[in-house]
Amino acid sequence: MKNKILWVSFLAVSAAMVLPGAETINGAGATFPAPIYQKWFQEFHKLHPDAQINYQSIGSGGGIRQLTEGTVDFGASDMPMTDEQIKAITKYHVLHFPTVMGGVVPTYNLPGVSDLKFSGETLADIFMGKIKKWNDPALKKDNPGVNLPNDDITVVHRSDGSGTTFVWTDYLSKVSPAWKSKVGANTSVNWPVGLGGKGNEGVAGLVKQTPSSIGYVELIYAAQNKMGYGSVKNSAGTFVKADYNSVTEAAAGAAKDMPADFRVSITNAPGKTAYPISTFTWLLIPDKIDNAAKKKTIVDFLQWMLTNGQGLAQGMDYAPLPKPVVAKEEKQIALIK
Amino acid sequence: MGTAVATAPPPSQARKLTKFWRDGDQITHLVTFIFAASVFVITVWLVYELWIHSAASRAKFGFGFLTGTTWDPVAVQFGALPFIYGTVLTSFLALLISVPLGVGAAIFLAELAPPKLSNACTFLVELLAAVPSVILGLLAWLSMVPIMRQYIEPFLKHTIGFLPLFTGPAYGVGYLTAGLILAIMTFPFIISISREALLAVPREQREAALALGATKWESTWQVVVPFARLGIIGSIFLALARALGETMAVTMVIGNDPAIHTSLLSPGYTIAAVIANEFTEATGDVYLSALVELGLVLFGVTMVLNGAAQLLIIATTRKGSKRD
Amino acid sequence: MNRIARRNMLNNVMLTLTGLCALVTSSALVLILGFLAVNGWRSLNLDFFTKLPLSAGELGGGMANAIVGSAILILIAAAIGIPVGFLGGIYLAEFGGKTFSMLVRYTADLLNGVPSIVIGIFAWTIVVVKMHHFSAWAGGFALSMMMVPIGLRATEQFLRAVPDSLREGSLALGASKTRTIMSVIVPAARQGIVTGMILGVARIAGETAPLLFTSFNNQFWANNLSEPTASLPVMIYTHAISPYDDWHRQAWAAGLVLLVLVLLANVACRWVLSRGMAAQRG
Repeated sequence: MKNKILWVSFLAVSAAMVLPGAETINGAGATFPAPIYQKWFQEFHKLHPDAQINYQSIGSGGGIRQLTEGTVDFGASDMPMTDEQIKAITKYHVLHFPTVMGGVVPTYNLPGVSDLKFSGETLADIFMGKIKKWNDPALKKDNPGVNLPNDDITVVHRSDGSGTTFVWTDYLSKVSPAWKSKVGANTSVNWPVGLGGKGNEGVAGLVKQTPSSIGYVELIYAAQNKMGYGSVKNSAGTFVKADYNSVTEAAAGAAKDMPADFRVSITNAPGKTAYPISTFTWLLIPDKIDNAAKKKTIVDFLQWMLTNGQGLAQGMDYAPLPKPVVAKEEKQIALIK
Repeated sequence: MGTAVATAPPPSQARKLTKFWRDGDQITHLVTFIFAASVFVITVWLVYELWIHSAASRAKFGFGFLTGTTWDPVAVQFGALPFIYGTVLTSFLALLISVPLGVGAAIFLAELAPPKLSNACTFLVELLAAVPSVILGLLAWLSMVPIMRQYIEPFLKHTIGFLPLFTGPAYGVGYLTAGLILAIMTFPFIISISREALLAVPREQREAALALGATKWESTWQVVVPFARLGIIGSIFLALARALGETMAVTMVIGNDPAIHTSLLSPGYTIAAVIANEFTEATGDVYLSALVELGLVLFGVTMVLNGAAQLLIIATTRKGSKRD
Repeated sequence: MNRIARRNMLNNVMLTLTGLCALVTSSALVLILGFLAVNGWRSLNLDFFTKLPLSAGELGGGMANAIVGSAILILIAAAIGIPVGFLGGIYLAEFGGKTFSMLVRYTADLLNGVPSIVIGIFAWTIVVVKMHHFSAWAGGFALSMMMVPIGLRATEQFLRAVPDSLREGSLALGASKTRTIMSVIVPAARQGIVTGMILGVARIAGETAPLLFTSFNNQFWANNLSEPTASLPVMIYTHAISPYDDWHRQAWAAGLVLLVLVLLANVACRWVLSRGMAAQRG
C-alpha cells in the first residue's frame, strides 16, 4: 500500500513537472540595473502571484545575444542596440524601454582615503596604464591635501560584454582623445591593463577584496557594499558625485529631445551639477509576442514599472525617469502585439 | 506404397522463429547492442557538433587561430594563443608542485607505511578527487587569494623578485594561484595511480636490491621507481589531462586577462575559463564559433593525453605481470 | 665508513620527506572540510533550506530552489545515464564482439575525459538551440553524458568479475542467456554496479561548468522541466564572486552541504565495496 502511494505521488509530481504549468517569463541582460530589476520582479510577483519573471544578470552583451537567439523572452542592456544588432533579429522588431537612470562610479579600495576627485583624463590614463601609482602628480593635483600612498594601482574592468563598460568607455572617449584612438568605446574593448571581473558584481567583488584597486560599477554596487567612490569632473568643470540629483540633471536635456526609439547617450552631459557618467538603461522587448499570457504579463509589468516601479528607484540610488519620457513610453507599450 | 514411419513432422520455419524470439536472447543482444553503440554514436556526434559550430571561425582564421594573440570581440579578431599559453602554464605549474609531492607521498604510502596507515591515507587522498571544482574555487577565491596577496606573493617578490617570473603587483589572482589550486586537484590522481604502480612491482626486485646492500631509499629510488616508471608517467599524463580541462576553480582565480604575461604573478586566462565566462554573451557567429573552436582544441589535446595515459598504464600492468 | 654514513643520512632524509609529502596530501581534505565547516556552519539554518533567494544585496533568503533544482537535474541525468551505462555494460561483458567492444570502450574513455565545459557546449548545441530555451532537460542531458562512461565501466567491470562457473552452471540448467544475466550474474554483481552508479551521481552532483549555459539559473521555482532551473553548484559560483557578504555566507553554507553529501556518498560506496570484496574473499 505504501509503495502504491509513493508511486502515485511520484508520478503526479513528475507529471506536474513535465506538463507545462504556469509559465515563467525569462529575461537576461545588464548587471547595471540588476538590483532594481530583481526587486521589481519580486514585488510584481507578490502583486501577481502567477507572474514569475526570472531575470538573470549576465551582462548587456549576454542579454542582447540571448534575445537574438530567442532563448529568453526579453533582454536588458545599458547600451542601446546598434542597427545591425536590431536587424539581426528577423522575427520581430525590438522595442527599447528605458527603465531608470543610473551613474557609473569610479570605486576604489584605499583604506583611510575617501572622497577622491578624478578628472576625465586622469581616469583615462589610469585605465590605460599610464598612471601607475596612487600618488601620481595628476591625482595629487586634483586632490590637494589628501594623503595618497605610494602604492601600485590595480585596475579592475569587466571580463564580459557590458553596457556599463560601454558607458564608461563612451565617457572616456569623449574626454580623452588618446583613449578614443587607442581603445575606443564598446561593450567589450581591448583593455590595456587590469583584472577582469564578471558582471558589476564581479568587479565590485574584486575591488572589495583587492586593496589599492580601482574599478567602475553602477552606483548601487558601491553604495550597498560601503565601498568608496570618487567624484568626477563634469563638462562644466565641477567635481560631482553620482546621486539622484546629479544623474537626473544629466538626463534633463535628453528628456526634452528623446528620439522615438529611445536610443540616446547622456555621458558628459551639459549642466553645472550634472554627473558626467550617467546613462539610461533599457529593457529590450519584442514588438510581437505570440503567447497571450506572456504578453499580458509583460504589458502589465511595463505599466507597473512606469508608475509604481519608479517610486522604488530613488531608494536604491537610481534616478526615476523624467515625466515626458514616461509619457512617451506608455504610448510605445501599445506597439506590442 | 512404402512403409510410412510415423515421425513428428520437422518444425516449421514459423515455429523455429518464434522459439528463437521467445528465448529473448536475440532481443537482449539487440537492445544492449543499441545502448552500447549509442555511447559510440554520442561521442562521434559531439565531435561533429564541435566541428560544424566552429566552422565560421575556422574559415576566417585557419591555423592562424592557434597563433593569434588578439582577442577582440569588437574588431572580430580572435586568437587562441593567450588561452593556450594560460592553460599550459597553469597546468605545468600544477604538475611542478604535484608531481614531486605526489610521487613522494606515493613512495611513502607504497613502501614505508604500514598497510593500515597506507590505506587510510590513500582513502583520504582519493576522496579529495571527489571534491567538486566549484567548492575548491570558492575556497581559493575567498580564503587562498587574500593569503596569496598579503603574504605569499609579497614574500616571493621580496626574495626572488629579481627574476622576471615574479615581477608586477601582487594581485592575489593570477597564474600562480591558479597553478596552486590545480596542484591540489591533480595530486590525488598521481598518488593513487603511482601507489598502485609501485605496489605492483614484484617483491624480488626490492629484496634483490637490499640483498646487494642498498639502503631502503636507494632500493626504492633506483630500483622500484624505475620499474614502475611507466605507470607513474601515465598518472602524470592523466593528471595533466584533468588540469587542462579544469574550469570553475581556475575561472575564479585566474584574473580573466586575455593576454600573455611573463610574470607568474600576473592575471591570465585559460581556454576553459574563457568559454565559461563568455559563452552566453558571444554576439555574432564568428565570436561564438571562435569559442567553440577553443573547445575543439581543448578536446583534441585532452583526447591525445588521455590516450597516451591509458597506453602507459596498460603497459605497466602488463609488464608487471610478465616479469612475474 | 663515511660513505655509508652519508648514504644512511640520505636515506633518512628522503624517507622523512616522503612522509611529509604523505602528511600534507592526506591532510588536504581535512583542511578543506574544516574551512567549509567553520565558514559555513553558521549560515546553515532552516531558512537556507526552505526560502528562495532574495534580490541582490538584501539579507536573508535561502537556496531552496537550488537544492530542489540540483535534485531534479540529477534525477534526469540518472534516468538517462543509468540505463545506457547499465545496458551498454551488459553488452560489453556478455555479448561483445572484440573490435566493437574495444571501440565502445575507447569512446567511453574518451567521453569520460572530455572537459565538462565542452560537454556543456555539446548539450547547448543539441538541446538549448533546438528548444530555444534554457531548461532542466538540457542541464540533465549534459550531466547524463558524464554519467554514462562511469556507469558503463562499473557495470562491465563488476559483471566480468562474476566467475564463469556461475554462468556455465546457469546455462547448463537450461536457462537462456537473458535469464542467466538477469537472474544470476547481475544480482551477483549488484553491489558493485550500484555503488558505481552512486559514485557517478556523486561526481555529477558537483558539476558546474556544463550547467552554465544549459540549465542556466532561476530566481524562482522552475515550474516545469522546460524552464531554466537553479542548482547548488551554479548558486555557489554566482554567490562567491559577488561582492555581498551575505551571499558569501550562503555560498559557504551551500558548499558545505554539497561537499558533505558528495563525501558521504563516496565513503558509503567504498565501505560497501570493501565489505563486498571481503565477503567474496572470506
